[in-house]
Amino acid sequence: MANEPALHRILIYCPQLTTSFQHHQHAHCESGVTANLLQHNGIHISEPMTFGIGAGIFFGHLPFIKVSGIPGTTFRIWPGYIFKRVTQRLGINIHTEKFGSEAKAMAALDDALARNIPVGMITGVYYLDYLPEAFRFHFNAHNLVVYGKEDGRYLVSDPVLEMPATIGPEALVKARFAKGVPEPKGKMYYIKEVPGHIDLTKGIKDGIKQTCFFMSSPPVPWFGVNAIHLLAKKIEQYPQKLTPRQCTLYLGNIIRMQEEIGTGGGGFRFLYAAFLQEAAQYTGNNELGRLSERYTAIGDQWRHFAYSAARLCKARNSDLVSYTELSKLLHDIGDKEKQFFKDLKAVKW
Amino acid sequence: MKLNEVPQDKEAFKGKSNVHKLLYATSDDGSYTSVNSEGWEAENLATTQAWEAVLEDLKETEAQVRRGALSPVAYFMQKSLMELPVLARYMGKWKWQVKRHFKPEVFRKLDNNTLAKYCRVFGITLSELQGFGQ
Repeated sequence: MANEPALHRILIYCPQLTTSFQHHQHAHCESGVTANLLQHNGIHISEPMTFGIGAGIFFGHLPFIKVSGIPGTTFRIWPGYIFKRVTQRLGINIHTEKFGSEAKAMAALDDALARNIPVGMITGVYYLDYLPEAFRFHFNAHNLVVYGKEDGRYLVSDPVLEMPATIGPEALVKARFAKGVPEPKGKMYYIKEVPGHIDLTKGIKDGIKQTCFFMSSPPVPWFGVNAIHLLAKKIEQYPQKLTPRQCTLYLGNIIRMQEEIGTGGGGFRFLYAAFLQEAAQYTGNNELGRLSERYTAIGDQWRHFAYSAARLCKARNSDLVSYTELSKLLHDIGDKEKQFFKDLKAVKW
Repeated sequence: MKLNEVPQDKEAFKGKSNVHKLLYATSDDGSYTSVNSEGWEAENLATTQAWEAVLEDLKETEAQVRRGALSPVAYFMQKSLMELPVLARYMGKWKWQVKRHFKPEVFRKLDNNTLAKYCRVFGITLSELQGFGQ
């Protein structure tokens, strides 16, 4: 690699740099990073609020995009979206940058730290050696904040962890330039300027409006509430179409996407219900409070679905009846979410 | 999910419960609060099951390398939890080129640059790469 000598220089000459950043644990990486960066800039905002204003909730099932031979399922909007939308909606001036060279990406990070700026970035989880091995797969859309550098190691605020961590420069370079889908290409972002007064009301409305659009409107079966029914249909066919091993791995993957880490439980549904509750208090709109309770109940249904799916995996049971029952649970959730977003869209402001 | 329903199912497998992740749950009065959880049996099962499948496949590949049916590249790719398209991206090569390197006879003739690149990507030494399965 042509840029290696320069990179080497940066790794050796490392001044001590620490910003006054405060780490707070959150459920989800991107809404967590967004909340932490905003709080650092004096804006008191909770994680559920950033998740809601950033229109983070979603559902998608892509049978034709496979990782390790298993079709993709998502409960959230695509990566990078939450930070972008929240800052846009609140009128906050941000800087984002991608890099062609590793050395330049690390130099830009050090430069921002020297200017006392905590930096958000997108990384590949596989190279984050402070995480337990259980979570370290090739997932390249994990957000974290680097807020300083001490004794040649970077200080990391990873929102899913209780405490801050540290990472060596070699591992951080690898994480920032992880390859595959997606590729972060060293992407980093930070807040440049915040307006003197922030009113969340418009952000709340716009976030909700956009979420309703994404959940209800896609004319294709792979996104939004339609995709819940699509997945339900697929699950019903699992025993006929797949080997028993594939059946359990397919179901297991849905459970992991829904519960494993960073969703706050129930595939982000509780996080979104928490947002609606807070939004009701902030705007004084009681209807949002009632909708929050309804979405909590839907989150509970998702938990029940995951629990039933795990029982099927455990029993290595591929009899048709069980899969049909599981499929019915999911169809019911799909119906409830459809009606829910219809009603959310109709909220009078 | 109510606060008293938040599961605390510990899972020692590969340090999973070392992360006490945050969940959102409702208190008695219905207000949301965040709470730490060690894990949930449903999700613990899904995690361990996914890993067991990876390790099972890896064992199978190891046997194939020892039999001389596959090269060490195939083994270390799986050990690094990669798939062919991802490894090809790291190597800056086409998928078919990397796939060819899975053949022991092609692997034996690889030039030093390519071998060194594989070592960097996998984080291993040349003797680890060439000596595997011998």
